[in-house]
Amino acid sequence: MIPDLATRLLHRWRGSLQTRVAVTTFLLSGLVVVLLGILLLHQIRSGILDAKQRSSLSQLDFGLQRATDQLSAIETADSASVSRTASAIISELRDRSSSSDSYEVLLLSTLPNGESETTTSEFKTAPGALRQVVTRSNHEAWSYTSIGPGHRPALIVGGTVPTTTAGYQLYYLFPLTQERQTLYLVERTMLLSGLLIVLLLVAIAAVVTRQVVRPVRHAAATAERLAAGRLRDRMSVRGEDDLASLASSFNRMAETVEKQISQLRELSRVQRRFVADVSHELRTPITTIRMAADVLHESRTAMTPELARSAELLQIELDRFEALLADLLEISRHDAGAVVLDAEPVDLRSLVRRAVEVAEPLASRRGCAIAMELPAEPVVVEVDARRIDRVLRNLVVNAVEHSDGQPVDVCLLGGDGGVCVTVRDRGRGLRPGETSLVFGRFWRADPARARTSGGTGLGLSIALEDARLHGGWLQAWGEIGKGSVFRLTLPWRPGQDIGEPPLPLDPAERVDVPEPRPETTGV
Amino acid sequence: MGKGRVLVVDDDPALAEMLGIVLRTEGFEPSFVADGDRALAAFRATKPDLVLLDLMLPGTDGIDVCRQIRAESGTPIVMLTARGDTVDVVLGLESGADDYIVKPFKPKELVARMRARLRRNEVPTNDVVEIADLVIDTAGHVVSRDGKAIGLTPLEFDLLTALARKPGHVFTREQLLEQVWGYRHAADTRLVNVHVQRLRAKIERDPERPEIVLTVRGVGYKAGPP
Repeated sequence: MIPDLATRLLHRWRGSLQTRVAVTTFLLSGLVVVLLGILLLHQIRSGILDAKQRSSLSQLDFGLQRATDQLSAIETADSASVSRTASAIISELRDRSSSSDSYEVLLLSTLPNGESETTTSEFKTAPGALRQVVTRSNHEAWSYTSIGPGHRPALIVGGTVPTTTAGYQLYYLFPLTQERQTLYLVERTMLLSGLLIVLLLVAIAAVVTRQVVRPVRHAAATAERLAAGRLRDRMSVRGEDDLASLASSFNRMAETVEKQISQLRELSRVQRRFVADVSHELRTPITTIRMAADVLHESRTAMTPELARSAELLQIELDRFEALLADLLEISRHDAGAVVLDAEPVDLRSLVRRAVEVAEPLASRRGCAIAMELPAEPVVVEVDARRIDRVLRNLVVNAVEHSDGQPVDVCLLGGDGGVCVTVRDRGRGLRPGETSLVFGRFWRADPARARTSGGTGLGLSIALEDARLHGGWLQAWGEIGKGSVFRLTLPWRPGQDIGEPPLPLDPAERVDVPEPRPETTGV
Repeated sequence: MGKGRVLVVDDDPALAEMLGIVLRTEGFEPSFVADGDRALAAFRATKPDLVLLDLMLPGTDGIDVCRQIRAESGTPIVMLTARGDTVDVVLGLESGADDYIVKPFKPKELVARMRARLRRNEVPTNDVVEIADLVIDTAGHVVSRDGKAIGLTPLEFDLLTALARKPGHVFTREQLLEQVWGYRHAADTRLVNVHVQRLRAKIERDPERPEIVLTVRGVGYKAGPP
């Protein structure tokens, strides 16, 4: 629960500028107020204590004067008269104490025949340290102490009575109760006002930030709506301040974006239209040419060898031309975003089987065996069968083309994350970095082979687009001398998220598949 | 051979002429019409055994011509289309075409498809198949429910018969393509899907909840009862 709260607070901190400003203001102003308070309190305290000290010392001066006068007047130094005189001095001095400036008095005689103290109540003895200072310096001294139960603070001042006989010290004890109360009051007032100041500052900060944040939030919400496709949304512009200029800049940006997007849309529409027109306009004459070439080809036995060969070349190159045209039109449809996904549930095993079946004649010409590894149960996936069929044929035919007569493996497996088809060949393989290049348009692994191997150079690009159209992936792996692997990963339904692919891309990660036995090579 | 009259509806004169050469070589008797508005009249006049119909035509377009012909006859129609796009093809099939071929095509492929469409009439069968509350008279090419005949095109009739002869047996789309249309290695399952829908619209009491032609998800179709 506490971590939960912490996460919520952290989220709040990260998510709201207002909160962040308010909290920062709180912390900083709190720190300033505390520092100021400590400084002020210190000043006031020392001011009060200094005043007290000064008044105490003047009180002591008066006391010492009175004590000197009276003690000097004693003629016979018998202890009884001394004690009587001391009591008289004490009570005289004590009587001067008032409620606002109350104190206790102590007279200490340090005659050679022993110490004796004459005192008012509560003031039993002077602190030893102070006494030593007074004795040594022969002058006035002061010290803070605490008295009674509860250790109330008090100030003790003391001095030596300057008589000829010597040996008398007079001490005053001033309880600091009142000063303490004053300080308490000051502390409380400062604490309260400090808190109030901090809260006010936080409130001000919150209000000020809100003024700034509100238009920013408004801008964010508008941007969000723009991103969602409502290109006509704008911010309202009020006043002429910085925020108004933000709003008008924002609106200008939105306008430009809207214009650009509608231009692009128009372009894409024109391109789509163009592709459709080209498609139609080119296909009809090509059909006628194709049929004419076929008629010529059929009757080539009756021609001279030159004419017969020409008819053959015409036929072969027409095949290439048709394949290239079909692929070009397909890729431009993808580019124009004019493709439609026609998905339905299909057992992917039947598509894999058919792709392999189609590649068999080529495989037997190349002397390579195709091994299929299919699950026993149907693997029903929602796909556009026409497109996935094309992708699989492309991958299998490609693998056979690049197999160098080595066996080709085709595996299909469904899992929680999606469905995988891997097609592996053991041919020349791919150089590092080529695994992404293979999907490039008109890219050839080996330019020297371009003329001998079939294909338009667009097959894998189209396959990649088809995989993406389903929300799937098409990836390649390859190593020189070890061959290559192409993996098609599809979600169970178009657009669904793909988790961990059930088949690894790198064949080394497949431990359950043994290397092909020699007898499987060749057909 | 008698079963070889073909009406070619195409506006491209070169292609039409070339089609004529190929069709005559293959033993068909082609006749030609170049625009959609006159297509129906030509169809009525020539009474062809098969129609080759270009989808893009001046005047009435191919889809409408297809509907007009289908409204009065079950004669096989093969569409010629420049685009393999789903929408075009499905629209053509839904308007009543039996098959389509995408330009550019090889003459052999075209002829093979035309022959497949014509061949069925050459193999007479003679039995009565019953499925659910339908009675299929394969000799008379009549399907009836409660004594009332239901008008099916020959292709729809073949599709229903193929399914009904083995009730409960699951046919994959590929098997149906091979058995009814006569192709191999074709991945085009739209052809089957659209025809099944057309068939259902005619024979099912509620085409949304079919009881005779049932879908087996991810595999294909079978004849009911469920």
